[in-house]
Amino acid sequence: MISRMPAQQLSVPVEGQVGTAPNEDEGILVARDLTVHYGSFPAIKDVSMAVQPNQITALIGPSGCGKSTMLRCFNRMNDLIDSAKVTGGLTYHGVDLYGPGVDPVQVRRHIGMVFQKPNPFPKSIYANIAFGAKIAGIRSGLDELVEESLTKAALWDEVKDKLHESANALSGGQQQRLCIARAIATSPDVVLMDEPASALDPIATLRIEELMTELKQEYTIIVVTHNMQQAARVSDRTAFFNVSISEDGHRTGRLVEFDDTTTIFTNPREKSTEDYITGRFG
Amino acid sequence: MISRTAPTPDLVQAALAGRRFRLVDSLLAGGLLLSLFSSLLVLITLLADTLRTAAPVFADRGLVFVTAPLSADPAKAGVLQGIQGSLALTLFVMLIGFPLGVSAAIYLEEYATDGGFTRFITANVRNLAGVPSVVYGILGLALFVNLAGGLTNGRTIVSGGLTLTVLVLPIMIITTSEALRSVPATVREASYGVGATKWETIRHHVLPIALPTILTGTVLTVARAFGESAPLLLAGALVTNFFQPSADASVVQLITDERYTALPLVVFNWARQPQEEFVQLTAAAVVVLLVLLVSVNATTILLRDRFEMKSLR
Amino acid sequence: MDPLLIDLRGDRGRQRRETLVRRTFLAAAVFSVAISVAIVVSLFGEAGAFLNKIDVSQFIANGWFPRRGRFQVMALVAHSAIITGVAISVAVPLGIGSAIYLSEYARSGTRRLLKPTLEILAGVPSVVLGVFALNFITPQLVKRLFSTAETSNLLAAGLGVGILIVPLVASISEDAMRAVPDSLRQAAYGLGAKPWHVSLRVVVPAALSGIVAAIILAISRAIGETMVVALAAGNAGILSVNPLEGGITLTGAIAALAIGSDQVAGDNAAFQSLFFVGLLLFVMTFGLNIVSERFVRRYRQRY
Repeated sequence: MISRMPAQQLSVPVEGQVGTAPNEDEGILVARDLTVHYGSFPAIKDVSMAVQPNQITALIGPSGCGKSTMLRCFNRMNDLIDSAKVTGGLTYHGVDLYGPGVDPVQVRRHIGMVFQKPNPFPKSIYANIAFGAKIAGIRSGLDELVEESLTKAALWDEVKDKLHESANALSGGQQQRLCIARAIATSPDVVLMDEPASALDPIATLRIEELMTELKQEYTIIVVTHNMQQAARVSDRTAFFNVSISEDGHRTGRLVEFDDTTTIFTNPREKSTEDYITGRFG
Repeated sequence: MISRTAPTPDLVQAALAGRRFRLVDSLLAGGLLLSLFSSLLVLITLLADTLRTAAPVFADRGLVFVTAPLSADPAKAGVLQGIQGSLALTLFVMLIGFPLGVSAAIYLEEYATDGGFTRFITANVRNLAGVPSVVYGILGLALFVNLAGGLTNGRTIVSGGLTLTVLVLPIMIITTSEALRSVPATVREASYGVGATKWETIRHHVLPIALPTILTGTVLTVARAFGESAPLLLAGALVTNFFQPSADASVVQLITDERYTALPLVVFNWARQPQEEFVQLTAAAVVVLLVLLVSVNATTILLRDRFEMKSLR
Repeated sequence: MDPLLIDLRGDRGRQRRETLVRRTFLAAAVFSVAISVAIVVSLFGEAGAFLNKIDVSQFIANGWFPRRGRFQVMALVAHSAIITGVAISVAVPLGIGSAIYLSEYARSGTRRLLKPTLEILAGVPSVVLGVFALNFITPQLVKRLFSTAETSNLLAAGLGVGILIVPLVASISEDAMRAVPDSLRQAAYGLGAKPWHVSLRVVVPAALSGIVAAIILAISRAIGETMVVALAAGNAGILSVNPLEGGITLTGAIAALAIGSDQVAGDNAAFQSLFFVGLLLFVMTFGLNIVSERFVRRYRQRY
């Protein structure tokens, strides 16, 4: 198996999780005044939040509020954009994720990602899952890895007889579960999901949400969603981002409120949060 | 114009009636179609005239013409060394030009940041693609034949091959770049997402997807180089009836010998000969050239269509 | 040390391989620049040597006879111009006409049948067209129409070059016309315009910059064509503006110097004039290509 410390050993024990104030300083991923510039304009500014292990954290907000940008900071996918500059602090198990000795490629093995539109490789189902292991140099135990990942993604029974067929032949919902299986095949302890069900029909969406709830026992999940009901259904904690537009039309996102999901949706502290939740804008 | 009287059905009918057959339109469409047809006509005339002129040669000697060596005597002359030279040159261009072109395109599409340097290289490649082939021949003469004469041994097939490679390189870079650009970004994202490096992403995902397009583009480009003669003319290929390259030399000799020719140049040489018999020989050589070209092009296009259909399923 | 930190540092070997791969590809890309430099250097170098040896009077001498020291460049330019003129007057109407038909009139069935004609024509090597010009166009067309025509004449060469560049004009013009958004056509039809209105008065003007680019590119290609000209236009060095006579062009001069039967290699002015003419050719076609590209960018930007 890919050598790494099991998630349990690395997680920082924190007491009194539920109901504590937001912006605490400890968690599996901790952002401190995180700012991202595209060129000279800030896309998100001064975000501080701590994500707790084995929970589902939802990022919600109107379009343009930078929630996807925030998500991509966690696995350094913003590195792929030439003009992006990340300032501030982001630690992972206490290690500075943007520190000098950190290889972004390695980060993504620990922090996996599922994208908005299912994007399986144009290869077989088996090859999709095995790819991550192959580039880590793992040659043996691939069959077991594939079965384990597909089982955890609740897809094994549907595809176990056609592992070597093309992934493109699967339905949209199946493809997305395949992408989830592919992401967890590298044994990450965090899985990022960027609006994972927005391209799927309601039934497939429900299955993804059920899967997320199951997966959080073993992984930490951060999900971006524009669907508030979904956030209310699945997440343990919710972060509300809002966008401010400058004089020359540039949008900057900020973290407005970050708390337990029940609090956000029944008793938010900020007015803008309440306005968003009740549908007054966004 | 519909008048202010009440619109009875008859009036409306009259107002809406137009001539379905319009003279100007038909004339124009006809004229335009004619211009398209004239290209077809020229093509057919070219082929018909060539075949008619070449017929006696094949009737007399059949396929021996293809395998017979060059000779000053029209009754015996064949195109063997021409075919050998052309095939060798084509192979050379593929072996050297293909990796160079694909590598440069990979850099420009996958690695280069969008800065002035990159735009400079891209503009440079585009400009090179428009330079006349004879200028590449001059470059080949100055650089490969004269300056690097020690390495290439002067007017050898190596110099000719290098000249042709340099000629097709810009086009290969452009077609490969387009093929790489057509690979959807989501594939790269997914690969990076599971922790692959850039090269791993290119190697395992981008290149395999783009490869059929790259290959067909390359083959079509090289096929065009097959028919090129101006650069070789400059780079020292033989265009006389004397000093023939030896028909059965060893591979080493072929590379280092200062005598080589190619099929289009055989055509060129024979076309300039005053004797009547050479007119027929020229036509026969053209037939061989066209047959080779058409078969390569047709096979490539067929394969490309088959590949495209497979990926759609 | 924190095992996570070690793991996040990544595999040094893998990173080294990445850098090596990147550098290799960069070298290949830079090589393409080296080619440009080589072209410019080889042309300018020898052309400079040539100009040093030559006296101005030799440029206005009577005719282009390099071995006799007469370098009337004007003769070359005039002959190239005549051939280009003939070629363009053939290729532009036929090419644009074909493009308009394919873009605006042809149904998909007709299109699939006729478009390959142009693609096949584009694949015919120039030497084949040169033989066609010499052995068919001259005796069957030119000499039949104009009994005074010589065997080597600029008209036949011009026609041959014209046939050669029809596919180029057609494909670029067609691209430009297809780039015109359908909404424009539908707006015109909606106003009650007749089909010929739409194609000639709406689409063609909208695609004009692309069509102009095609024509400029065709001119550049015609000037740079060597084999058709070498076979059909002859080597007459005297300046002549009669298309029924032969005349040596810029490219023809280069070819003739390269295959000269008396080995004119080396240091003498006659051989070096090859580079001078090459430089002229390069500058002209380069300039035309740049202008053409400006037009292409204009029509690409609009849509």
